Amino acid sequence: MDDLRELYQEVILDHGKHPRNFKAIEDATSTAHGSNPLCGDQLTIYIKLSDNGLLQDVAFTGRGCAISMASASMLTELAIGKSELKMNEIFNAFHEMCIGSGEASELDEELEKLQVLSGVKEFPTRVKCATLSWHTLIAALSGDIEVTTE
Amino acid sequence: MRSVSNVKEKAEPLDIKKVREDFPIFRQSMNESPLVFLDSAASAQKPQQVIDSIREVYENEYANVHRGLYQLSELLTQRYEGVRDTICNYINAEHSHEIIFTKNATESINLVANSFGRTFLEKGDEVVITELEHHANIVPWQLLREEKGIVLKIAPIDDTGDIIMSEFEKILGPRTKLVAISHMSNVLGTILPVAEITKMAHLVGAKVLVDGCQSVTHIPIDIQKLGCDFFVFSGHKLYGPSGVGVLYGRENILEKMPPYMGGGDMISSVTFEKSTWASLPHKFEAGTPAIVQVIGLGAAIDYINSIGLKQISIHEHNVLKYATQNLLKIDGLRLIGNSVEKASILSFTLDVAHPHDIATIIDRSGVAVRAGHHCAQPLMQRMDIPATVRASIGMYNNYTDIDLLIEAINKVHEIFS
Repeated sequence: MDDLRELYQEVILDHGKHPRNFKAIEDATSTAHGSNPLCGDQLTIYIKLSDNGLLQDVAFTGRGCAISMASASMLTELAIGKSELKMNEIFNAFHEMCIGSGEASELDEELEKLQVLSGVKEFPTRVKCATLSWHTLIAALSGDIEVTTE
Repeated sequence: MRSVSNVKEKAEPLDIKKVREDFPIFRQSMNESPLVFLDSAASAQKPQQVIDSIREVYENEYANVHRGLYQLSELLTQRYEGVRDTICNYINAEHSHEIIFTKNATESINLVANSFGRTFLEKGDEVVITELEHHANIVPWQLLREEKGIVLKIAPIDDTGDIIMSEFEKILGPRTKLVAISHMSNVLGTILPVAEITKMAHLVGAKVLVDGCQSVTHIPIDIQKLGCDFFVFSGHKLYGPSGVGVLYGRENILEKMPPYMGGGDMISSVTFEKSTWASLPHKFEAGTPAIVQVIGLGAAIDYINSIGLKQISIHEHNVLKYATQNLLKIDGLRLIGNSVEKASILSFTLDVAHPHDIATIIDRSGVAVRAGHHCAQPLMQRMDIPATVRASIGMYNNYTDIDLLIEAINKVHEIFS
């Protein structure tokens, strides 16, 4: 039960039930659709870039499990105000954390909030749930409209 | 829910204790709990008899089939061909040479789409499937549509998961050349009225392919009563090895179909100018087949026959009934698929948690179920759900398995509330 409690922490359940920034952005600079064809999870990430290239607004819509919804919700909160480069850096560190190979780095502060998602490392089949929204955001930033995790 | 068709209620009850002892996998525990395996619809566990048959072939009897002029090869060829007879009897086909060995049911359907479809279907001809099909019975027809310009028509189901026969009848017409349907839904458990569907399809001159992957393990199959022209299934769901599947085809249709793959074993003679094909069934079995898996499948069917498919059907139906009654007592649980004609499958959603979360949580209690779209995305869209949890019952499942499933689902409530 302990690793389940670790996986389904209060914060995750809260984000899963009440996802933040759960909406479409009408005047989005870019949108991307992400899906996990094995389990059927689907989501769309909307980003709006400001003139100086920072993420002015990030939102998402879609359906999926508590982990994928919570991860997407937390991603949108974290991404607002950041640059593409910064998000790529955080994604790499976050991904390593999810597969359990992460080393401490200067990104610790950014990763701290995402630490609650690190419980997936005990559940290899669920890592994709946590990373789907991130792959989709990176796709939106690089102008791709479709991404799948397999 | 009605008792499964063709099953006499008076058969001797299944000796569940003995059956469970025959499956060595149940000797182990999973996450410190007894293994509760409720995913037989994806792939069934193997009895010791199947495992032993495979080992024995490799240890004592192995050689290639249909080639060697020596005793080992001749004996194994006889055993290999003997499995064709076993299957012929199991599904009551007319001739053993109507049984073609493939890799799995998916390959069997692709064989029909490629050989029958490409030869006999023209632009504008119609193939009818239903809303509840597995991707394996959707995508091969879409590929054929791209190549030949055939039209794919979809027969609707109702909210309980039954095919709407009046709508199906309306879809049939002079251009209908093939009806390709599941015998039993892998998501809803619905058993389709295949004999009736076949009669209606034959009236408009269409051939009928039945995907029997799920039905073949739960209900007695009688090809003569079903009347279908093709019947496909996989060995691994029938307690046999993976890597072997079956295509049954009616002799007069198979005779007219060209080979699906070319190679050794499927020829009569080869020159660089022209080759001629072997007779049935070898015309469709190019190359060295899955020899040992075929022997294993034969052992699986022998095992099922020794237990009695009728006994298995009744036992599974009792467990299904018990599970249905008790699952419905759980708050917020919705069963997807409530046909009166159903077998062995419980698909459900919970209002508090997504199916993947449920599957992860109950796995920690040693309960193996499948969660997701079950390779039936169009059906998920039809039912307006993203995914379900599917608990499927095999001959070895008992009431305790269901009690442990329910106990595990209660943990989902504990974590999510």
